[in-house]
Amino acid sequence: MKRAAFSALISHWRKHPIQLVSLLLGLALATALWSGVQAINAEARASYDRAAGILGQDELQRLEPRTGTIPLADYIAIRRAGWLVSPVMDGFINLNGSRVRLIGIDPLTTPPQSAPVDLSGDGDLQSFVRNGLFFAHPDTAAQIPSTLPPVRTTETLTPGIIIADLSTAADLLQTDSFARLILAPEQPINLPPLSDVAPDLLLVAPEEGNDIARLTDSFHLNLTAFGLLSFGVGLFIVHAAIGLAFEQRRPLFRTLRALGLRKSTLLGLLATELFALALIAGTLGVALGYLVAAALLPDVAATLRGLYGAQVSGALTLNPAWWLSGLAIALLGTAVAGAQSLWRTAHLPILAPAQPRAWAIASLKSLKRQALGGAGLIALATLLAIYGSGLTTGFILLGCLLVGAALTLPLFLHFALNLASKFSRTALSDWTLADTRQQVPGLSLALMALLLAMAANIGVGTMVSSFRVTFTGWLDQRLAAQLYVTARDETEAADLANLLDGQVDAILPIRYIEASIESAPGQIYGIIDDVTYRENWPLIAADPDVWDLLAAGEGALINEQLSLRENLAPGDPVTLGRAEFTVLGVYSDYGNPRGEAILSLAQLRAQGAPVQGLNFALRLPEARVNEVTDLLTSAGLPARNIRDQAAIKAFSLDVFERTFTVTGALNALTLGVAALALLTSLLTLSTMRLPQLAPVWAMGLTRAKLARLELLRAVILAALTALIALPVGLALAWVLLAIVNVEAFGWRLPMTLFPRDWIGLFIAALIAAALSAAWPARRLATRPAADLIKVFAHER
Amino acid sequence: MQTVLRDVSLSLEAGKSLALTGESGSGKSTLLTLVAGLDAPDSGAIRFQNHDLTQMDDAARADLRRGEIGVIFQQFNLIPSLDVAANIAFHARLAGRADGEWCSELAHHLGLADHLTRYPEQLSGGQQQRVAIARTLAARPKLVLADEPTGNLDEDSSDTVLDLLMSGVRDTGAALLMVTHSLRQAKKLDRRLHLSHGQVSP
Repeated sequence: MKRAAFSALISHWRKHPIQLVSLLLGLALATALWSGVQAINAEARASYDRAAGILGQDELQRLEPRTGTIPLADYIAIRRAGWLVSPVMDGFINLNGSRVRLIGIDPLTTPPQSAPVDLSGDGDLQSFVRNGLFFAHPDTAAQIPSTLPPVRTTETLTPGIIIADLSTAADLLQTDSFARLILAPEQPINLPPLSDVAPDLLLVAPEEGNDIARLTDSFHLNLTAFGLLSFGVGLFIVHAAIGLAFEQRRPLFRTLRALGLRKSTLLGLLATELFALALIAGTLGVALGYLVAAALLPDVAATLRGLYGAQVSGALTLNPAWWLSGLAIALLGTAVAGAQSLWRTAHLPILAPAQPRAWAIASLKSLKRQALGGAGLIALATLLAIYGSGLTTGFILLGCLLVGAALTLPLFLHFALNLASKFSRTALSDWTLADTRQQVPGLSLALMALLLAMAANIGVGTMVSSFRVTFTGWLDQRLAAQLYVTARDETEAADLANLLDGQVDAILPIRYIEASIESAPGQIYGIIDDVTYRENWPLIAADPDVWDLLAAGEGALINEQLSLRENLAPGDPVTLGRAEFTVLGVYSDYGNPRGEAILSLAQLRAQGAPVQGLNFALRLPEARVNEVTDLLTSAGLPARNIRDQAAIKAFSLDVFERTFTVTGALNALTLGVAALALLTSLLTLSTMRLPQLAPVWAMGLTRAKLARLELLRAVILAALTALIALPVGLALAWVLLAIVNVEAFGWRLPMTLFPRDWIGLFIAALIAAALSAAWPARRLATRPAADLIKVFAHER
Repeated sequence: MQTVLRDVSLSLEAGKSLALTGESGSGKSTLLTLVAGLDAPDSGAIRFQNHDLTQMDDAARADLRRGEIGVIFQQFNLIPSLDVAANIAFHARLAGRADGEWCSELAHHLGLADHLTRYPEQLSGGQQQRVAIARTLAARPKLVLADEPTGNLDEDSSDTVLDLLMSGVRDTGAALLMVTHSLRQAKKLDRRLHLSHGQVSP
């Protein structure tokens, strides 16, 4: 009996292929976007873990300098005191114009937990120590010229990193000091305390090591939120398709029950059917998700590199756990979307009538109840905006806002159409509006999906565009100099300074030290007193005499990230390296996830740490840019070491645009899924709408005209949805700019409105709605008269 | 393909009524839909006033239905999204002949005056059929086609509804072609034709 019953149940899908396709497609797309984002996140996190795992940063304690590097003498002192430490050199070398991180290790003292490469093979250790063998990711290995030592490729390393023996690294980095010392996990007893042996060094705990993972958490949370939004939008389609399929099969359920099929068996068969469909759609979705991830990963890698300096491989690796989790989310999504239908079936009396139309028509009372729930969520979002804090709260706020708005949408549409009908003057417009109003419940899930997608589009679009405007203006301020020059060593830097003396309006050295800023790693810059800074530097808050005080060495400027993170304002003390300064001003510093400070150059040099940087910014009249460039190149400076303002701006803006490529792509995909939700809902409803359309046809409206009205209806509903999407999208933008960005990136942006973009999106939504309605409308226009006549004969 | 109607020939003058009877599947409803211009026959001619429906395209037939022909269905086929008043006035407004007074008079005459703000789903079957009749008569069509208009009603309600339909048709001077199973009801009309196996006989 079970087999017969199951075959009767699944015969429904043969008769309703569109429902089957919409269910499978909805679930597959939902799974694809979700698992695609998860794949990207997993790949990036694996890269961070590999980076953190290098030299056991994630497992072992280490000693780090407060500023600069650890001198050889300190290392010797620690070893003589009996501490088992392994020295590490860390710096950057130029390979064909790109910076690559070179890490030098001592393979004989490196603790096993922190060995970044496997040297257990025959002759490996000898090659590493004697021949200077490099280890690098294949992407990085390809960049290494043949003049350098041989390379062995390994996938376990992050791209952009080379591991070499300490002696090889010392030669290439031209240093004899160390970046850090790794402490062996087991030390001899009765050692003198490290605070006595090495008072200038910081003992860093392993869990503090993975800076990149911490810094990029917010970025991945953003991606996850988008993935979740897309998944939710996809589930709207699945819920609608399952709901209708169950409703239409009510007579069959009744018959099967009347024929003696137990309720538990019926539910078991239906659950099996859903499980099978979820497996099919999940497999399809995971495969699609792989394609989505593979397509987006290069841009994500570029974003992470540009924004955080994190090295992530642009190639995707397949992980069985990811496949299984993709299938699991498909099953979970189906369970969520089908739970209500299964529950209803479980409580279905044997004699209950089938009401497929009733499925699509909800009473005004239920719309009000739903809207009340939505209003409650919006109120909660408002409370969170006023009293909440933290990134997670920001995302909960976003969720409450979006779901709340979606729940209020059907009632808003109902009232808007009601209001419009009061101004209607013809029978046709009366009927069109009234019928549109009656369609709202049946289309509400698809329209909610459209609302979410449009609001996300407006919100994220406003955020990105506001960011672009602010960032461009900020670049204009920060890049006030016409030329930026990088010397190759200190001697060349001094020679260039002499050469340029009198040739340009100002030579602005760019110098910095690596130091802890309020106990977190960062950079402190030193600048000379120049009108360029006084006129152009983007200060958010400052003392009235900020530049005079800075030049006099009486304080520091800090960036907005540091100000927000440590709650610092002008007048507050700030600890930079080992010294304390007064905050004189706060400057905006977009694109930099870390805290940063500026001192006068004299103050910077007084910190005692090795001053780095061989860069100069040159102020000169625009007309003399080529002349000065020629002067520098004729003095022997390679052309690639001279960059003009326009090139740097173009590069910065390119990094910016790539940063938001992924967001834009997910935005467009979500809108696409929403349009698909509308299409499948309209197709499904079109088969149930003949009883509404046939009488009007009989009274003298052609099928073509009715089809045009169907098109108009979809466009009206999309237009009204777009109207409510605008305030929701702007609220979303505000939350992103004022709450999420501040928590995630450490800077707050002014919100700029872009009505032209809204008009574009509005038109896109109308076109999407018209295209979604085009197929069902065409089916209606070409439907045989006999189908409509059957309505009157009650033969359907 | 099965032939439903063969060599059927009948005529109906303005102000007259004709009952079409026959067994289930005899082609009564098909004949009605052809006369209404809802469908087109494979061959033959259907003339209404000076028009040959078989020579008209879909749009022209729709224009004719909107302006001159009213159809009453067994399933009432009211518009669920409109209230009773709007349903009654709907066809007349489509035809450009909206007449509030006439609609009110019909509503009153058909006992619907107290239900004008209600929706079809809130009415009984008999009330819904009266709304369908009012909707048709409100448009003052030249030809009223009724497909078993009382088929879903009990005997008492059937008689009441039919009497209302007949008097309404008489008042508007329209011709009435009614399909019915009921010989008793058919007798109330001016003429009767019996349809069997696709052919008519007196």
